[in-house]
Amino acid sequence: MSTIEEKEQAVSQDEQAAEHATVEATREPKKPGTWRFLIPLAAFALGFVSHFSLGWVILPPILYAEKQQPIDFSHKIHQEAVDEGCESCHYFREDGSFSGIPKLENCAECHEEPMGEDPEEAKFIKEYVEPGKEIPWLIYGRQPQCVFFSHAAHVKMGELECIICHGPIGDSDHVRPYQYNRLTKYSRDIWGWNIAGLAKNGWDYLKQADDSGGTKIEHPARMKMDDCAECHMEKRGVHEACFVCHK
Amino acid sequence: MKEAHHEAHEHHGAHKKTYKYGMVVDLDKCTGCGACMVACMAENNLPFRKDNSDRMRSQLWMRVYKISNGRPFPDTDICYIPRPCQHCEGSGHHHTPCVSVCPATATDYSHETGIVSQVYTRCFGCRYCMAACPYHVRVFNWWDPTWPKGMKKYLNPDVSVRMRGVVEKCSFCYHRYQRAKNKAYAEGRRELHEDEYQTACTQACPAGAITFGDLKNPEHKVHELKKSPYAFRLLEKLGTNPKVYYVSTRDWVRKAGEAYAGEEGKSVTHA
Ligand code: HEC
Ligand code: HEC
Ligand code: HEC
Ligand code: HEC
Ligand code: HEC
Repeated sequence: MSTIEEKEQAVSQDEQAAEHATVEATREPKKPGTWRFLIPLAAFALGFVSHFSLGWVILPPILYAEKQQPIDFSHKIHQEAVDEGCESCHYFREDGSFSGIPKLENCAECHEEPMGEDPEEAKFIKEYVEPGKEIPWLIYGRQPQCVFFSHAAHVKMGELECIICHGPIGDSDHVRPYQYNRLTKYSRDIWGWNIAGLAKNGWDYLKQADDSGGTKIEHPARMKMDDCAECHMEKRGVHEACFVCHK
Repeated sequence: MKEAHHEAHEHHGAHKKTYKYGMVVDLDKCTGCGACMVACMAENNLPFRKDNSDRMRSQLWMRVYKISNGRPFPDTDICYIPRPCQHCEGSGHHHTPCVSVCPATATDYSHETGIVSQVYTRCFGCRYCMAACPYHVRVFNWWDPTWPKGMKKYLNPDVSVRMRGVVEKCSFCYHRYQRAKNKAYAEGRRELHEDEYQTACTQACPAGAITFGDLKNPEHKVHELKKSPYAFRLLEKLGTNPKVYYVSTRDWVRKAGEAYAGEEGKSVTHA
């Protein structure tokens, strides 16, 4: 007789007896085997649930700290105010390097005097423009020091859109909080959104958005080594050498 | 999946082009001044000590060795050998020595550029690679690097700074390749001109003894220079297939470079 049958029998018996389990157990001390096997099962389930909640619910807030950007900058408002779109502020220099986040000088072209009533603008002028102090922006996509990244390769040659890697920052009305790993100090955007492959890549969201005919990328994109490598495999068909992205 | 792969290959066919960056050093021109070592240190954020001539402790990617034919005056002759990483390609059964022993894949051989990498964040300092390298090009960081006050601001942002406990070595100034490519991309090109990617030591040498370029490209100077009948590579018999060539018209120098086991002094002829 197979042990499986035995166990199945035991399970059905046990289901029937579930409500009276404790009573039965005391009444029939001779048949302990009918319920005892549940102990490891229950222990496993308990361990399973507690570890998942530890890893997915409890640990992330402990591991990641949050900071606010110094100024609540609206890309939407500025997109309308400038002439050349994103390139008015994020452009390539002659040597191929990328200007990144604009310097105060660039903002001051328009903000020497207040342009509106917005309290955020007043704060910006008082705290940064008047004393001539650079704004300490927090960069969501900042890579560790050992990584080399080239915007020219991706934007000029690869013709990739900003949204693929950065998510919808270019259309945003408010800056989102900057999250970083307390131990490594790395931004959560480059390390941390993807647990067990559940979160998707920026480009997956873009595909979804195309299907439903609107920009729906809400989730910050991921820029972990695996994400870079995944797209490189897809687009370039190569397993890159370390000294492509590292320096 | 296979089709997608194929498409990617065709579409980005241009990427498949490979290069073989290497160096030819004319030992008859080298005066042993050490400018290459200094340029290398400044370029690659190498820390230095109060007395950097202390050979056991100085951290160098480019090191100039001095050898002598060991003969009495007036036949005495000396030669200086600048030695960067040899970026061994390996051949047949011979692998790049350091790459084949690294248990962490912290060093790899790029088939695109022929450059042997070192990813410091990946290295955990076992130093197998140092034991495997026949050229002693690898150095271990026994300490965290320190610089005199205020000098940190002068560090090269294109080169990552190494921490205590990892191995480092010459990268043929790979970051200069990355920069040059970046500029080329911005101009809509993929190919680099010879002068767009040159190592710091090459440019610093006042005697013009070092030439750097793509060994496969007939338009680059190294392509011809390496064919000189006086060209040799260090410890060639090991089959490491290095990409640094040396040129000397002096027999004894060539023999020393190949670690000729015979009686060195006897077969020497003087040019
Ligand atoms: C008026 C100047 C200006 C214009 C125009 C502008 N930006 Fe920005 N951008 C900024 C500033 C300032 C920041 C820093 C604050 C922030 O993170 O939102 C920034 C940050 C970003 C970042 C975040 C980078 C990171 O990793 O932290 C992205 C992505 C970005 N901009 C994309 C765009 C795109 C796409 C456009 C065009 C649709 C655009 N920007 C237009 C000024 C501008
Ligand atoms: C082309 C001109 C122009 C430039 C350049 C510019 N701004 Fe503005 N900015 C505007 C206009 C127009 C408004 C809207 C004013 C209003 O009506 O309230 C504005 C509003 C703002 C506000 C308040 C609204 C908000 O975004 O929350 C802030 C803060 C601000 N700008 C910061 C900046 C910073 C920082 C920079 C530099 C990266 C910058 N601006 C560059 C034109 C400009
Ligand atoms: C292939 C992915 C990718 C694409 C496409 C991309 N970026 Fe980035 N971006 C990055 C990464 C990675 C970084 C961080 C670079 C670093 O830390 O060295 C970054 C950094 C930035 C920064 C901050 C840089 C700084 O140092 O101040 C800005 C601003 C930015 N990107 C804007 C853009 C804009 C605008 C576009 C579209 C024209 C764009 N990016 C396209 C990946 C991408
Ligand atoms: C969405 C796809 C995609 C992502 C994500 C991506 N890349 Fe790329 N990358 C490309 C493509 C395509 C090219 C080749 C562009 C060309 O030359 O046409 C490229 C080229 C490069 C190059 C230049 C390579 C060379 O041969 O000069 C570097 C460096 C690079 N990527 C680094 C990164 C890093 C680091 C990341 C992650 C932060 C990243 N990439 C993420 C698609 C991607
Ligand atoms: C396609 C680009 C790409 C390639 C190729 C690549 N890396 Fe990375 N690597 C990254 C990026 C981006 C990061 C930073 C984000 C992260 O930690 O995932 C990184 C991070 C790392 C880190 C952690 C660094 C830290 O400070 O935490 C190590 C170690 C590393 N890479 C080793 C390697 C090695 C070894 C290879 C070659 C076998 C390699 N990488 C190839 C893009 C790349």
